[in-house]
Amino acid sequence: MPVVVDPNADQSAPVTITPYPDGPYLVRGDFVVTDQEGNALPTERRTIALCRCGKSRIRPFCDGTHKLIGFEAPSGAEPWPRD
Amino acid sequence: MAARLIELPSPRGPLSGRLFEALEGPPGTGLEPPEAVESGDPIADEDLQLALYVAYEVHYTEIRGVDPGWEWAPSLLAFRAELERPFEAAVDELVEPATDQELASVGAALQEVVAEDPGPPLSRYMETQGTLEQMREHVIHRSAYQLKEADPHSWAIPRLSPGPKAALLEVQADEYGGGSAERMHAVLFAKTMAALGLDPTYGAYLEQLPGVTLATVNLMSGFGLHRRRRGALVGHLAGFEMTSSIPNRRYGNALRRLGCVREATHFYDEHVEADAVHENIAAWDLAGGLAADEPGVAADILYGARALLQVEARWATHLMDSWERGESSLREPTAVPA
Repeated sequence: MPVVVDPNADQSAPVTITPYPDGPYLVRGDFVVTDQEGNALPTERRTIALCRCGKSRIRPFCDGTHKLIGFEAPSGAEPWPRD
Repeated sequence: MAARLIELPSPRGPLSGRLFEALEGPPGTGLEPPEAVESGDPIADEDLQLALYVAYEVHYTEIRGVDPGWEWAPSLLAFRAELERPFEAAVDELVEPATDQELASVGAALQEVVAEDPGPPLSRYMETQGTLEQMREHVIHRSAYQLKEADPHSWAIPRLSPGPKAALLEVQADEYGGGSAERMHAVLFAKTMAALGLDPTYGAYLEQLPGVTLATVNLMSGFGLHRRRRGALVGHLAGFEMTSSIPNRRYGNALRRLGCVREATHFYDEHVEADAVHENIAAWDLAGGLAADEPGVAADILYGARALLQVEARWATHLMDSWERGESSLREPTAVPA
């Protein structure tokens, strides 16, 4: 029996967003980054880093500035409510 | 771009002299391993580092007049081992051993290691004061690695377990342009060289590169060509990526301040965003993942990062000191086309 590969089958990879320790959010999968009007921002690589410290000079993307300002945040969710 | 082909450089002493003379003959003939190599400063030894560089280059490139059969000639490997020995010993002396606390979280330890970079503020100097001639010299030095950017670390690919291997490939795929030769980082660097009026041909400036510059490349080639050093190779890559995005922004700013076109700055601008991604993957998924899968190489991961910083610091100090004295940091002043 022939194996039929449906060219229209959904081959998209699920999007994952991973906060890295004291660093940015890494985004993988079939994502699109848009502005508020829905215009796609240019992204040339398969994995991108979004700024989490707020001080990047190329926001919303990360440029490594978090290291200069001593930004700290865990990879997992911060507990709430705090003790 | 054509396939790599370099010229055999001029020897700089008895080691490189004997090696290059033998390489022009039939593979495996006329080369005896040297007696225990004595060098007062192996990291900056012109003769030792050039001989070692060429001994490694047979794995990367064609060398005019050298039979490719030399690559695995036992006599060349034996000769090379005698060059590696004093270089490794000199690096050992500069590298602090990893602590138990560091080994418990290699990803976190790497952040601490790179935060204590022992090198002088070369990128800040270039951003604020460097001249176009100094920037050209900097690019010429870096061409020893950047025209084969990512290649030394690719030696690790077949030697890693699936998790760290996937992380390495995530980084390397981007280094190699994500399927586009035009976006390959080595190709972007060649465009930067051309935009600065320099020859982007692989190996074109080998004669002018001092031993301390060749040492920065020999360090990673040595880690790459010995499977037992896969931890150090991974640590070297992680350290490289983690100390890249901010300096590269400064080098891009330096070129903009000097009035250079986007063709010249693109390589640096690309690295700001790319390495902000890579450094996280390299530290946590690649290095941290390797340490978890193979605890036996965890200490060598940190060794690789520290060795990188120490050898890079020697190199950067050479540049800053040369310029402080009003001299070129290259072996002979480079003639730049008018």
